[in-house]
Amino acid sequence: MVLLSRKATCNSHGQDSSYFLGWEEYEKNPYDVIKNPQGIIQMGLAENQLCFDLLESWLEQNQDAACFKQDGQSIFRELALFQDYHGLSSFKNALADFMSENRGNRVSFDSNNLVLTAGATSANETLMFCLADPGDAFLIPTPYYPGFDRDLKWRTGVEIVPIQCSSTNGFQITKLALEEAYEQAKKLDLNVKGILITNPSNPLGTTTTRTELNILFDFISKHKNIHLVSDEIYSGTVFNSSEFVSVMEILKNNKLENTDVFNRVHIVYSLSKDLGLPGFRVGAIYSNDKDVISAATKMSSFGLVSSQTQYLLSSLLSDKKFTKNYLRENQNRLKNRQRKLVSGLEAIGIKCLDESNAGLFCWVDMRHLLGSKTFDAEMDLWKKIVYQVKLNISPGSSCHCVEPGWFRVCFANMSEETLKLALKRLKKFVDDETSKRSCQKSESQRLKGSRKKKITNISNWVFRLSFQDREADER
Amino acid sequence: MGLPLMMERSSDNNNNNVVELSRVAVSDTHGEDSPYFAGWKAYDENPYDETHNPSGVIQMGLAENQVSFDLLETYLEKKNPEGSMWGSKGAPGFRENALFQDYHGLKTFRQAMASFMEQIRGGKARFDPDRIVLTAGATAANELLTFILADPNDALLVPTPYYPGFDRDLRWRTGVKIVPIHCDSSNHFQITPEALESAYQTARDANIRVRGVLITNPSNPLGATVQKKVLEDLLDFCVRKNIHLVSDEIYSGSVFHASEFTSVAEIVENIDDVSVKERVHIVYSLSKDLGLPGFRVGTIYSYNDHVVRTARRMSSFTLVSSQTQHMLASMLSDVEFTEKYIRINRERLRTRYETIVEGLKKAGIECLKGNAGLFCWMNLGFLLEKKTKEGELQLWDVILKELKLNISPGSSCHCSEFGWFRVCFANMSENTLEIALKRIHEFMDRRRRF
Repeated sequence: MVLLSRKATCNSHGQDSSYFLGWEEYEKNPYDVIKNPQGIIQMGLAENQLCFDLLESWLEQNQDAACFKQDGQSIFRELALFQDYHGLSSFKNALADFMSENRGNRVSFDSNNLVLTAGATSANETLMFCLADPGDAFLIPTPYYPGFDRDLKWRTGVEIVPIQCSSTNGFQITKLALEEAYEQAKKLDLNVKGILITNPSNPLGTTTTRTELNILFDFISKHKNIHLVSDEIYSGTVFNSSEFVSVMEILKNNKLENTDVFNRVHIVYSLSKDLGLPGFRVGAIYSNDKDVISAATKMSSFGLVSSQTQYLLSSLLSDKKFTKNYLRENQNRLKNRQRKLVSGLEAIGIKCLDESNAGLFCWVDMRHLLGSKTFDAEMDLWKKIVYQVKLNISPGSSCHCVEPGWFRVCFANMSEETLKLALKRLKKFVDDETSKRSCQKSESQRLKGSRKKKITNISNWVFRLSFQDREADER
Repeated sequence: MGLPLMMERSSDNNNNNVVELSRVAVSDTHGEDSPYFAGWKAYDENPYDETHNPSGVIQMGLAENQVSFDLLETYLEKKNPEGSMWGSKGAPGFRENALFQDYHGLKTFRQAMASFMEQIRGGKARFDPDRIVLTAGATAANELLTFILADPNDALLVPTPYYPGFDRDLRWRTGVKIVPIHCDSSNHFQITPEALESAYQTARDANIRVRGVLITNPSNPLGATVQKKVLEDLLDFCVRKNIHLVSDEIYSGSVFHASEFTSVAEIVENIDDVSVKERVHIVYSLSKDLGLPGFRVGTIYSYNDHVVRTARRMSSFTLVSSQTQHMLASMLSDVEFTEKYIRINRERLRTRYETIVEGLKKAGIECLKGNAGLFCWMNLGFLLEKKTKEGELQLWDVILKELKLNISPGSSCHCSEFGWFRVCFANMSENTLEIALKRIHEFMDRRRRF
């Protein structure tokens, strides 16, 4: 038998985790309002489906952009031949402007500092290749997007050391947690090359506070070989733009332009969440360091954005009337949808993380529904929610959360009716569980001493290899 | 765009702006500092234009296929407005397409690619759409396969001369080495069993583990197909050494006479032994045959299930835009159109090839006998003062500065014989090709007079 590489045979692609297994169950029995009303509702998919009507109407009025025409003339040839890794400048300019708009024009982006990549998945990996050697480490606050285990580590050989955050302060990064992570890396003999945050956070659905950003900037000011990567792909999903503080703003407000810190802060962006276009594979790296831009640009050869797509989107994003309206509508619709989920959950006695003000999901506290304060119990609860309640949500353990009982629940990838149904199902489950508990309590008081403790065997179930691959590009 | 100076490791007291990047980022394995990038620069600074700059540099270093665009444009305009627009009114298919990021790829598109690849091979091999993994271009496909088949510091054997981009694509981020299989003009640069063994031994002597052989068929830069016997020998060799065989067939649709192309798929088609089949992998792309490098459509086709599964997962880093998959799916599944396209494209490329070879012959210049591709392999060895790399680069510089032609020196393709040059002919109009030939004629005339 002919052998494959270690990368091909290891498990770092992460696809045996529970996160992807929930996917599999959904695919076997997907909810459809007409064809399969009893099916599983997908709430584990951070997609933004709330503003497609705006995009569709724009397309209707601007057909040239999708048909390779410019001012009525065909530019098919030029686009078909265009494979310059510097990217279409009209697109980069429009993207840079869009990124500024997303930040209330409090900062501006230079398109020369932008590198286009096939999605943020590619951007994150490329940055790792540029900033770290195999065996180096990046510090990442937990809970974090499960895909990072693959994106940042698989082919790069980089390690992730978690910065443990807890519910005691809303999972915010503390100076202590950061330093502990740094020490932990040292103990493991790992060279720390950077910190990577997601702002707004996935899965928390909150913007990173100024306090946290200051802690991070203080740290990298002190440790001069450490980079700060800010994955800001959800920047357009902040319900009130004024609440979003980008690392670019800190650089500007703290007048760090002429310091070495300026070159060590990098941003990742994408149109997959804000515009709801994950299929088009449009990601970007933004950096003030010319060498990073130079290396990343060359690396982008391995994942360029289709020129057809660059052209369409340069047209879309250059339409300032459209982008202004879109950003505002998008924020409003997401805010309203999130409120429906939050209040619906509250009515069932389930709380979401306080101060959640962004994202396509809520970080939901179901600790009170756990049989015990363990991850086994979290798995038990998750299985029930997937199989009985028929909702695919993401368990906190898949996001490396240190506290069991938290779940990420998406709300922007379905209709309002479907959300209502999901809440209805959950209410029934919680009501049933509650009455079961009060029965059990009196039962247990009667049968004290002869109760057998149920132990769930996680390993077989969670770690069995998917026999049908499921696509994993989910945030 | 040059490389930065090597950065020194800075201590915590360092106050200057130098920050450390990875070894990969500061290495020069991306290959962009090679001398022949100067040719690109010269072209960019003074590009030929029929009307505005008739004495500018003619770009003959770019393997692009521009001879058949009209066929695509006509098709897209007349038969396929929906492919571009997601349906006639209100773009009904838009949201589904925009959301589609499944790394399996659009099924209709994979089926269309499989059918297209079969047509190119005249039905002599079947392609299963479920074995097709899509990547953003062949550049990504080659790198991805290397990650899967080899570990850092392992080697792939690659016959010379080869596409300069391989130095980056196969080695840069993967840490894998290339050990050349030396080929020369004594037998038209074909791979011999001796050359194979010798390359393998060279690697073993240096304590390097060989994981596979990677060939390009038809060859870039030779512009010639690999003979069936050679393919069979190669597969035998790979079986004996228990290594992989990767066949980059991105020029398969540009073979002038379809019958002259044998794909490794054909060889494998009649083999049942899985232990033989599972080491064979094919790379394809629409960049050359269809002339669509900007759309980033590449594919890996593997007879090895584990490779297919792993490649699919890895393709997350380099997916093809769903917008592009959607547009091309309808075009490529239109069998009537693709058959016509493949046929006409072959004819036009053949005509171009004959034009340039004839023109060069009249100027007293011989080319390797070619039968495919977007370029010819021209022999200027007789013009070299010294048959060395420096001699070759000197001549190249003269051709660039005096004739204002940017062509690719054989040394950039790691050719072990000096004096060979790759000259592209499909990325320009017929008129421009005539002008280029005229300049060459005049140059040769001047030389003869001295």
